[in-house]
Amino acid sequence: MNIVVLVKQVPDTWAERKLSDSDKTLDRASVDVVMNEIDEYAVEEALRIKEAQGGEVTILTMGPERAIETIRKALSMGADKAVHLVDDALKGSDAVQTSAALAKVLEGLEYDLVIVGSEATDSRMAVMGALLSERLGQPQLTGARKVTAEGGTVTIERQTDDGYAVVTASIPAILSVVEKINEPRYPSFKGIMAAKSKPLDSKSLADTGLDAGAVGLAAAPSQVVEFSNKPPRQAGQIVKDEGDGGSKVAEFLASQKFI
Amino acid sequence: MAEILVLIDHVEGAPKKVSYELLTLAKTLGEPSAIVLGKGAAAAADKVKAYGAEKVYVGESDDFDGFLVAPKAAAVAQLVTSNSPAAVLIPSNAEGKEVAARVAVKTGGGLLTDTVGITSDLIAEQPIFGGSVVVKSKVQTGTPIITVRANSTAPAEAPGAGVVENITVELTDADKSSTVKERIVEAKGGRPDLGEASIVVSGGRGVGSPENFSIIEALADSLGAAVGASRAATDAGWYPHQNQVGQTGRTVSPQLYIAAGISGAIQHRAGMQTSKTIVAINKDPEAPIFELADFGLVGDLNTVVPALTEEITKRKG
Ligand SMILES: Cc1cc2nc3c(=O)[nH]c(=O)nc-3n(C[C@H](O)[C@H](O)[C@H](O)COP(=O)(O)OP(=O)(O)OC[C@H]3O[C@@H](n4cnc5c(N)ncnc54)[C@H](O)[C@@H]3O)c2cc1C
Ligand SMILES: Nc1ncnc2c1ncn2[C@@H]1O[C@H](COP(=O)(O)O)[C@@H](O)[C@H]1O
Repeated sequence: MNIVVLVKQVPDTWAERKLSDSDKTLDRASVDVVMNEIDEYAVEEALRIKEAQGGEVTILTMGPERAIETIRKALSMGADKAVHLVDDALKGSDAVQTSAALAKVLEGLEYDLVIVGSEATDSRMAVMGALLSERLGQPQLTGARKVTAEGGTVTIERQTDDGYAVVTASIPAILSVVEKINEPRYPSFKGIMAAKSKPLDSKSLADTGLDAGAVGLAAAPSQVVEFSNKPPRQAGQIVKDEGDGGSKVAEFLASQKFI
Repeated sequence: MAEILVLIDHVEGAPKKVSYELLTLAKTLGEPSAIVLGKGAAAAADKVKAYGAEKVYVGESDDFDGFLVAPKAAAVAQLVTSNSPAAVLIPSNAEGKEVAARVAVKTGGGLLTDTVGITSDLIAEQPIFGGSVVVKSKVQTGTPIITVRANSTAPAEAPGAGVVENITVELTDADKSSTVKERIVEAKGGRPDLGEASIVVSGGRGVGSPENFSIIEALADSLGAAVGASRAATDAGWYPHQNQVGQTGRTVSPQLYIAAGISGAIQHRAGMQTSKTIVAINKDPEAPIFELADFGLVGDLNTVVPALTEEITKRKG
């Protein structure tokens, strides 16, 4: 099976994340960045399918120049090659625009499966799988906590709020995975060395055939009008249990009318 | 007044609380119409009428439950095209966001997710980065497709005309390409849904074992609350992943959040720090969860939690 895995570079959750004052987009320049954590699970799942059934794993990222670090990490885990969509005109694109650009690149690749993470830690939108399925007209198999790919059929356990659903479709299909699906491997030293010489195809907006007027901040269908930084929550009252902890908490709950 | 379409989340005709919240919010923006799709849809008509629905679009085809997400999106998009509503509101849960995403592509409308408030000029408020920044956003092109989080508005009864209109939707082969074979319910019945509950009681590594989660459940039941868990607890297999709260779990925003045996790592906070009131029970006085707790109790949850449950049961008499 040939698989394309979409990985996104995101600010580290530990870092203080900010919007830039000038254009109200995520300030990606001033923070530590990492591969979106769930995307490691997506890469891992692709590698496991490849190891069992053969085929190639291609990494696809849309992001600025420095997103190459994230691509290298995925390659060092064991992916075979990568495509990097990078163009200043794409800056500030929202999820819907990003899906248009990624779909165009995917149309030029040969694959049986596309695997994305269920959600990115920066946008937290959890929509990319559905957006790509809609744009490419290929089945949506999202929120998978288990994947079985056999012959031309893919079956997943889709996590739901109260359990799971068994969903099945024919390839090519668009999958998204949740973090309970596997345990991602660490890149080995050999993997890190090998990553340096793996093919990396850099694409510009022109390569996608999309018009510069259709992407980027100016054309974004949704825009931030204003934002404010919320003061951090203040600690309230802290008391020690002296055998009466239960009733102390109960008293507080009663004072707030919860009981 | 302009029509506001509201996609109703329901279980066999019983709307979830968030659906009433969205109708209430829609009424502040225009004239609410409900869209109810799937098994038992017709049964929901009277209920949504009581919360202000002027029209109720009912689609009862088996396709809405038989295939994943796409048929629902096709139905909503069809109504957007025929009715040109001022906005579409959809509950901001996993499936709702996916429906919204597809509708945005189909109709060319702008997409806003995880909003907690919308003003009359359709500017939506979204907390981001775990609530440390609040942004106000507006859709610039097409019909705004907006998902709204549970507990953002208090649902208020306000009878509408509730005129029922049955709809049929033309589906393409692509819309019917992901077949739902089976839906399995794992959650224990009787507790409110984590995403919607007004009180959430969560346990973490400090709970110590899967069996000991029974004391967390007992406390939750005494308050009519949902049960949550930290990733340490779900990773250990002590509690189902569906109940994980945090950056890679569910985002909750209840009136009251009680964290027991949870240290308060930043990834956990990302899913709960917009809760109105936070109570923490932890034996380590240095635990970071105390930095955001309105009330913190330093003590052993093995004694404090059962004592608290007993006290609540007594007071509720
Ligand atoms: C990318 C990423 C995403 C993540 N996503 C999530 C997420 O979605 N949700 C999430 O929760 N975490 C998430 N995490 C993990 C997070 O960093 C923490 O590891 C996790 O939240 C810790 O869970 P905990 O507080 O239960 O455990 P610990 O940090 O081990 O804390 C246990 C606490 O219990 C207290 N305790 C122990 N015994 C008792 C007792 N008898 N009585 C009272 N208190 C006691 C201890 O003092 C301690 O404070 C994520 C991590 C990463 C890297
Ligand atoms: N710019 C991007 N480049 C590559 N993959 C992306 C990009 N944005 C989102 N994704 C993928 O889509 C998933 C979900 O992201 P989101 O819908 O933004 O929460 C991520 O886990 C990635 O796999």
